[in-house]
Amino acid sequence: MSDINSNIPEGELTSKWTKYKSSVPLVNPSNKRTIEVIIVGSGLAGASAAATLAEMGYKVKCFCFQDSPRRAHSIAAQGGINAAKNYQNDGDSTYRLFYDTIKGGDYRAREANVHRLAEVSANIIDQCVAQGVPLAREYGGLLDNRSFGGTQVQRTFYAAGQTGQQLLLGAYSALERQIGMGKVEMYTRHEMLEVVKIDGKARGIIARNLITGEIERHFGHAVVLGTGGYGNVFYLSTNAMGSNVTAAWKAHKQGAYFANPCYTQIHPTCIPVSGDHQSKLTLMSESLRNDGRIWVPKKKDDNRKASEIPEDERDYYLERRYPAFGNLVPRDVASRAAKERCDAGYGVGASKLAVYLDFKANTERYGRIEASKSGIHNPDKETCMRLGTAVIKEKYGNLFDMYAQITGENPYETPMRIYPAVHYTMGGLWVDYNLMTSVPGLYCTGEANFSDHGANRLGASALMQGLADGYFVLPYTIGAYLSKEISVKAIPTDHPAFVEAEERAKGILNKLINIKGTKSVDHFHKRLGHIMWEKCGMARNEKGLKEAIEEIRALRAEFWSNVRVPGVVEELNPELEKAGRVADFIELGELMCIDALNRNESCGGHFREEYQTEEGEALRDDENFAYVAAWEFKEGVNFELHKEELKFENIKVAQRSYK
Amino acid sequence: MSGFGNALSSSIGRKYVMGVTGIFLILFLIVHAGINSLIFLDDNGLTFNIGAHFMATNWIIRAGEYILFIGLLVHIYQAVNLTIQNRKARPENYAVYNGSANSKWYSRSMGLLGTLLLIFLVIHLKDFWVVSRFTGIPTVDANGHEDLYAVMREKFQDPVRVVAYVLLMISLCYHLLHGFASAFQTMGWNHSKYNGIIKSTSVWYSIIISLVFALMPIAVYTHLID
Amino acid sequence: MSTGNMNLTLKVWRQKNNKTKGALVDYKLSGISPDMSFLEMFDVLNEDLITKGEEPVVFDHDCREGICGMCSMFINGRPHGPKDLVTTCQLHMRSFKDGDTIVVEPWRAAAFPVVKDLTVDRSAFDRVIAAGGFISVNTGNAQDANNLPIPKMKADAAFEAAACIGCGACVATCKNASAMLFVSAKISQLALLPQGQPERYRRVQSMVAQMDAEGFGNCTNTGACEAECPKGISLENIALMNRDFASAKFVSEETV
Repeated sequence: MSDINSNIPEGELTSKWTKYKSSVPLVNPSNKRTIEVIIVGSGLAGASAAATLAEMGYKVKCFCFQDSPRRAHSIAAQGGINAAKNYQNDGDSTYRLFYDTIKGGDYRAREANVHRLAEVSANIIDQCVAQGVPLAREYGGLLDNRSFGGTQVQRTFYAAGQTGQQLLLGAYSALERQIGMGKVEMYTRHEMLEVVKIDGKARGIIARNLITGEIERHFGHAVVLGTGGYGNVFYLSTNAMGSNVTAAWKAHKQGAYFANPCYTQIHPTCIPVSGDHQSKLTLMSESLRNDGRIWVPKKKDDNRKASEIPEDERDYYLERRYPAFGNLVPRDVASRAAKERCDAGYGVGASKLAVYLDFKANTERYGRIEASKSGIHNPDKETCMRLGTAVIKEKYGNLFDMYAQITGENPYETPMRIYPAVHYTMGGLWVDYNLMTSVPGLYCTGEANFSDHGANRLGASALMQGLADGYFVLPYTIGAYLSKEISVKAIPTDHPAFVEAEERAKGILNKLINIKGTKSVDHFHKRLGHIMWEKCGMARNEKGLKEAIEEIRALRAEFWSNVRVPGVVEELNPELEKAGRVADFIELGELMCIDALNRNESCGGHFREEYQTEEGEALRDDENFAYVAAWEFKEGVNFELHKEELKFENIKVAQRSYK
Repeated sequence: MSGFGNALSSSIGRKYVMGVTGIFLILFLIVHAGINSLIFLDDNGLTFNIGAHFMATNWIIRAGEYILFIGLLVHIYQAVNLTIQNRKARPENYAVYNGSANSKWYSRSMGLLGTLLLIFLVIHLKDFWVVSRFTGIPTVDANGHEDLYAVMREKFQDPVRVVAYVLLMISLCYHLLHGFASAFQTMGWNHSKYNGIIKSTSVWYSIIISLVFALMPIAVYTHLID
Repeated sequence: MSTGNMNLTLKVWRQKNNKTKGALVDYKLSGISPDMSFLEMFDVLNEDLITKGEEPVVFDHDCREGICGMCSMFINGRPHGPKDLVTTCQLHMRSFKDGDTIVVEPWRAAAFPVVKDLTVDRSAFDRVIAAGGFISVNTGNAQDANNLPIPKMKADAAFEAAACIGCGACVATCKNASAMLFVSAKISQLALLPQGQPERYRRVQSMVAQMDAEGFGNCTNTGACEAECPKGISLENIALMNRDFASAKFVSEETV
């Protein structure tokens, strides 16, 4: 069934990576000095790869669009990073992490990649601690762990609610060290606009200096994209404002397949939209669901305050529908259930697009425990609430403060309002076992590739994958390619391929500036986001997807005839940057819908209403859809499907159930 | 060793210089205030004049005086130097700058307070030090010591001078209030268990020293001591 | 949906690039919702300006959840505006009143030259880190993470120093445009951890040298940086840096 080769090494699953690593061709040190590698993106995946490759002796150029590599959006990850260390002696192992990840991904990830990820996970923690990343510790001085995302073992390492920040700053400091030693040339405020291909191989990029607007040509023996996810195709997401698909999309247009674009993770606990002005959504950590009960009124369009709705008029719908897991069902299940209630008219708050996350019951319960600890028998309700609030404050204080800051409401007094929001995209550029895309010499790491999370990502696995790719996988696997490139001298950037790529990039910029239409870039972005959210969001169906494809095509035509981009190309011009990114999002949006339409099953972050069990759960079709959908870009925004069959030789495929 | 040179010319090195000279001046003020407070014995300045005599004749003190002057000059020189550098670090000023929202006015006004103190110092040295060291004190007290006390009593008959002294002692208080704790911070003498003590000592020191100095002209002028 | 009814006058610093002079320009805004973030209020202004055919205001921002450190507005005389422990992106319009005049300027420091409007160049911070803000450990050289127990108190203190987001509010608010809080936070983080010991005295010397070379001012211990830091980074870090610098220069035999 596969018509593309994933280059997975032969042999036992557990020894594939070790064997491969020991037999992968090496590049000798004197040759490394003349081999240039371009890294686009400076998040966990990009910065770690740039630092490691430079340490190994390669000449590295690293690009980011922000003013410093430290700003990449990896920094915003809150929860933690998984690693199969088994420090808690609770039976964790490489195999268990592998198994949980495959199952969590709803059996749509590649076994070999996921096992490798689980194998190197332990090394990541060692490396980060050695760099001085201050992970949380116990009084004995050893590392602390917590359980996360409903796993049965405690394998999540964390640094308060700022794990992503601390890990990124670790990678950033390693990168800055190489910059200081002159081994990495850093290009901040640069945006990649084209991949340059020579004789079919990636040989460089075209980048725009965002300060001067100048278009630059950069040669590299290989190009690595660590450019993050594309959740901003929905306009509103938990991604940073600048997060975009442009680098990946330009690579896609140059022949890199785009895999499983429809797999989108919607996080159930975000702060709801407060008005049309909303520019982004903020995540509230998943851990809140441990102590919060989710409910909506039993009556439709109930406009009473939460406190005025008596207990028997509240519908704790997760507890009702999923008695076994209750409020702790996986992200996709919780998100869909919230949408279902709101769509049916039971939503709360001014927008009616929110549900309550109520801490009252558990505050009281904690209060009772505290009271009995301090010898108060039969405490009154007030005492319980007072003592319990202190416990809640201790556990979630910073999150409650953040909620209060954003909404202006006091979550200690009224229940939080939450609603699902786009959080992570499992799809991305297709890569083989070496993390190489379908364009030779073009690699893709981190969230930007599709490889490890299948149809759904588990909590605390994104940081793990980004760093695994950058520190421990790519630096080895890229040697397989570069060892054959040692005789290639640096290609001068006046080569026709560079000239042509630059013309393409300039052509687009000039076109955008010269449309001089009437509507701002954000106007189009919001409309795209609306279509995507309504028709290719938490639940999709054939009719909606077909409509969406038509609407997006119409939107694309309107964009290219009526967008207004002020200013000129030769200056710092954020509107122009946004315009280029939105143009790419529009094309990607269409592909996402096409992919969602093609996948006639429900799995993980892709829920097709036509394919569900009687109880409304996702219904996979392993017979027909146990494949990676890798799309090839064709002239005129058309896409051709290639399939990579997924073989499960070590895991028994089963249906997920949370009843 | 060139290491020391570049250490002292670095931003932190210059702070050390400010801190060390500051601490030196802080210690000096204790001695100065101590001897001055002898006037409150109200013995017609006899003990005070003994102290003054000792200060004027002891060779260790005289040698210390040179060091004190050097310290003072270095403190002033470095302050001017740092101020110039700090101005250069922000060539264009804010249109609106709300400093009171995040810091004490006197911590931001050390240059101004220091300049006031420098002006005071010139007057003060002319009033007492030049007289005692160079031009000579015309009278002697019952012990046969030069009667610096008499000089002081005469100077502080002038209400303008008394008011000026008191106001400048308020400046000194604020200068010390920031300078004392600041010197500790600069030297890195800081420890969670002792920070509270340093802070309260800094406040009490500043108040007591300035109060002692300010009370002298007041006491003399109002004939509290005679 | 909340409909906005606040009317505001903005005085915003407009500067075409670092070669031209800038000035404050007045804008009237109406229909602002108290639920908007400060940057969303700027989105409204920019949408207005684009519709009118004028140039939108350029400002740095990215994550809009208070962690990336990119947003950097000097609002009514204070970095990140009137609320403590909050970045510009997390400041909401309910912190202002209908009819307010709000003055918005870029960070001002010789070491942070204005790029355009409210955007400044903070690459000096990166160069300070590149000079020594790291532990020299190549990938693959690490021992097992639990082979090195670290007292919780030290680990927590290191974490608190590491919480710095590199936004530059400390420099912006300091009357001397000094970067000591930023630099000391990194020095302190690594000096508190056993992994950081081998390079401890090298690090403080090279980072301070780079800080000086960038043209930041000198610390006069006003404490404004600590008060304005959106992450509450403590002045104690500066004390530690001062102490380590003295040890490095006057005790350690290693000169950098």
